[in-house]
Amino acid sequence: MKKTLAEVVTEKTFLVLALSAISALVLITVFIFVQGGPFITTQGLGGFVFGMSWAPSQGEYGIFPMIVGTVCVALGAALIGVPIGICCSIFLAEFAPPLLKNIFRPAIQLLAGIPSVVYGFWGLLFVVPFIRHYLGGPGLSILAGSIILAIMILPTVVSISEVSLIALPRTYKEGALALGLTHWQTIYSVLLPAAKSGIVAAIVLGIGRAIGETMAVIMVLGNSVALPESILDPVRTLTTNIGIEMGYAAGEHREALFATGIILFLIIMTINALAQYITRRR
Amino acid sequence: MNEQPGSEQLSQAANKLEIEQINLFYGSFHALRDVSFTIAQQTITAIIGPSGCGKSSLLRLFNRMNDLIPTARVEGSIRLDGVPIYAPDADVIGLRKKVGMVFQKPNVFPMSIYDNIALGPKSHGLHHKGELQQIVERSLQQVALWDEVKDKLSSPSLNLAVEQQQRLCIARTLAVEPDVILMDESCSTLDPGAIARIEELMAELATKYTIIIVTHSMEQALRVSDMAAFMMFDDKKAGCLVEYAPTLQMFTNPKDQRTEDYITGRYG
Repeated sequence: MKKTLAEVVTEKTFLVLALSAISALVLITVFIFVQGGPFITTQGLGGFVFGMSWAPSQGEYGIFPMIVGTVCVALGAALIGVPIGICCSIFLAEFAPPLLKNIFRPAIQLLAGIPSVVYGFWGLLFVVPFIRHYLGGPGLSILAGSIILAIMILPTVVSISEVSLIALPRTYKEGALALGLTHWQTIYSVLLPAAKSGIVAAIVLGIGRAIGETMAVIMVLGNSVALPESILDPVRTLTTNIGIEMGYAAGEHREALFATGIILFLIIMTINALAQYITRRR
Repeated sequence: MNEQPGSEQLSQAANKLEIEQINLFYGSFHALRDVSFTIAQQTITAIIGPSGCGKSSLLRLFNRMNDLIPTARVEGSIRLDGVPIYAPDADVIGLRKKVGMVFQKPNVFPMSIYDNIALGPKSHGLHHKGELQQIVERSLQQVALWDEVKDKLSSPSLNLAVEQQQRLCIARTLAVEPDVILMDESCSTLDPGAIARIEELMAELATKYTIIIVTHSMEQALRVSDMAAFMMFDDKKAGCLVEYAPTLQMFTNPKDQRTEDYITGRYG
């Protein structure tokens, strides 16, 4: 069939628009690597990644404490958020009556729409004083960041796990019940294992989201550059390091922040690739 | 049918299932109307009839699978060994242990062959490794799958051929030690050779178990079943039981004109 001119024009327009989305990714990647790459080559990757001291005024650029901080906060968020999220998805997929489902699902999706600065503000006003008062320490801490992030990753964890549970063939459930398993045994020993890859992907993507978050954690983490000794200690993450200092950084300092961005970029890319790999494998 | 040594001293003609005035509704839709018949133990009963006449719905009443459909409502009574299974205090889990089900398509769980079979007994509280191993071996031997899979019990069951998967599903059902086995068109996805082998297996199992099958194949009903139940729509589109008789008798000398029309291919 011969295409009309209008069809050809439409098709090309969509192609150009689609390409612009991808080119944004390419541009950003190239930009970060051009800006931060030379710094890593001159300083040495090992000294940068494993350096313990971050003192731009003295020319010391070590981001190891921030990597540790990032990992601690993200794992903390996963530790709190993942069990809640998975239980929530099981509830939605298996137990909730339709009415409750129709309230719960949009409510959880709404969590994703709250601006992150609002989360940070709420954390600063409620979570931080709560921790300072009841658990001690400055309140601005890994724990505070983890709690805020745990809430922020819920929409990701809940929706992806729920989808993977709903997508299971109905015959799995019927087969298990027909063997005389209780509803809970069916969920626990058949449905959850069968949906494992989707649930793991949900966890991984949730952690990726937690690592990438900046604004909310700037406000509750305390941002001191030191290896934390407990979850009540303040830390700085890779994202917050860039967020705090980019405004006034210049020269080598600015390059170091871009280099921090490269490390962050690599971590997030690895995590997303991992999630994709897990979802596709079966 | 062979006598089964050591089993309960029930007479051969003992009734396994008594279905009395069963009416099934899905919401306002009347799916089954006034179905009554009695199934003797250690027989194979075939439920036949045109598509959508409620054969599967009827079969799913016997292990209360219709409970999964929120709008389903049952009136009348079904008794298994004299115990009403729709009584308010009925033990549904216990019922499903006694009445196993094999589905249309093999629905092996995405886990190892061993785990597929051990799942039932484990969930019912058996954790002794040796006993589980024995149950797995015995169940697989009962369906003639043991020799083919004994060296790969821990490999994923989804790697098996379709027929082997369906055998595994039967073995999984046997592992729970049921009395009754329901088979819902369980051969419809298999090739003729595999169908013949599964039918052979059914005949063997019928020496120990009461088997009820739903089938679209008249030939299959004739080959394997002792009794046949012919179902049809009534004038209000509700499924009802037209005739229930020994299979051979129904196929050679049907009592009802509708039965005759259907089995001679004049229906529709």
